[in-house]
Amino acid sequence: MNQLLTYSVYGTAILVMMIGIYAMLTKKNLIKIVIGMSILDSGFNLLLIALGYIKGGTAPIFSPAVEGKDVIMVDPIPQALVLTAIVIGFGVTAVALSLVIRLYRKHNTIKIDEIKTLRW
Amino acid sequence: MRKLVILSLLLVLGYFLLNTFAGAEFGKDRKVLANYYLEKSPSELQVANTVTAIVVNFRGFDTLGEVTVLFLAATGMGTILLRRRSKHTGLNPMRTSPEASKIVQAAGKLLFPAIMILGAYVFIHGHLTPGGGFQGGAIIATGFLLLLISYRQFKVEHKYVTWIESLAGLTFVSIGLLGIVLGPHNSFLENFLNVGTLNELTSGGVIALVYIAVGFKVAAELTGILDTLVNIRETGDID
Repeated sequence: MNQLLTYSVYGTAILVMMIGIYAMLTKKNLIKIVIGMSILDSGFNLLLIALGYIKGGTAPIFSPAVEGKDVIMVDPIPQALVLTAIVIGFGVTAVALSLVIRLYRKHNTIKIDEIKTLRW
Repeated sequence: MRKLVILSLLLVLGYFLLNTFAGAEFGKDRKVLANYYLEKSPSELQVANTVTAIVVNFRGFDTLGEVTVLFLAATGMGTILLRRRSKHTGLNPMRTSPEASKIVQAAGKLLFPAIMILGAYVFIHGHLTPGGGFQGGAIIATGFLLLLISYRQFKVEHKYVTWIESLAGLTFVSIGLLGIVLGPHNSFLENFLNVGTLNELTSGGVIALVYIAVGFKVAAELTGILDTLVNIRETGDID
């Protein structure tokens, strides 16, 4: 049972990551490639958060609601790391989009197979 | 054919990734370092939200780097998209999208102050409730996005955005440097204020101050990025 849960949870996150990589590899539209990048990001964040989950755990916040009670808290470190990862992912997406805009201005297209200088 | 090759490669990659992570059973307690954080955060720092304690105090230097990355992304975007001001000035000649309807405009005006207050609440209470500087800053930026999409003539003054961003970044670094001078262990980003009591607004010492600075910085940067992206000329002419 637990084995099944482990495989399904991590499998979902990895599936999301694979969808992102697939989009990045097969799509011709540059915007879609950037979207693939974000999907890959989300998949990886999902995987990290899932690694930090502890069965029956609550959010790692010592609010009055949990004061004096013996509660299990989930691992806060993956959450802090994912917070960083989300911000970095946002920065990467923003810069990638601005590069796409620059390419569009130069070549009047965002299809990578129509941009001659990207061929070799 | 190409797609089939890619699919099979991804299948292999996914299989190996899954096999790697399947060794770590889902929902199992494997905290080692986290126990230290979970113990020290409420007792020593008096910070209720452990994630905030990790992000701002235990890994504060990391956060400074993160803020720098965001700053570089905002500046990099400005540099990549830089283009000399065109001759035909006027109210945003670059935007060709139609004006939003009256309903959107009225609702945007109504919602904007509420969004600002929510964002400020989220980053001021970052050490007590879920949230913090990055989340609060993002919420404030969505308020500006609402105005940007509902009013065509709305324009963010980049001068003020840069000022807020620079002052907030300077505050972050000066709090860190004050930690070297005033902190008990003389290290960077160390807490030098009274930590207060758990679950009070004034608890956590410098953590609240740092997160307020981060909130302002992130809000200014995201607003700048959104404004740059919204106000792009849509024609494809070359510089």
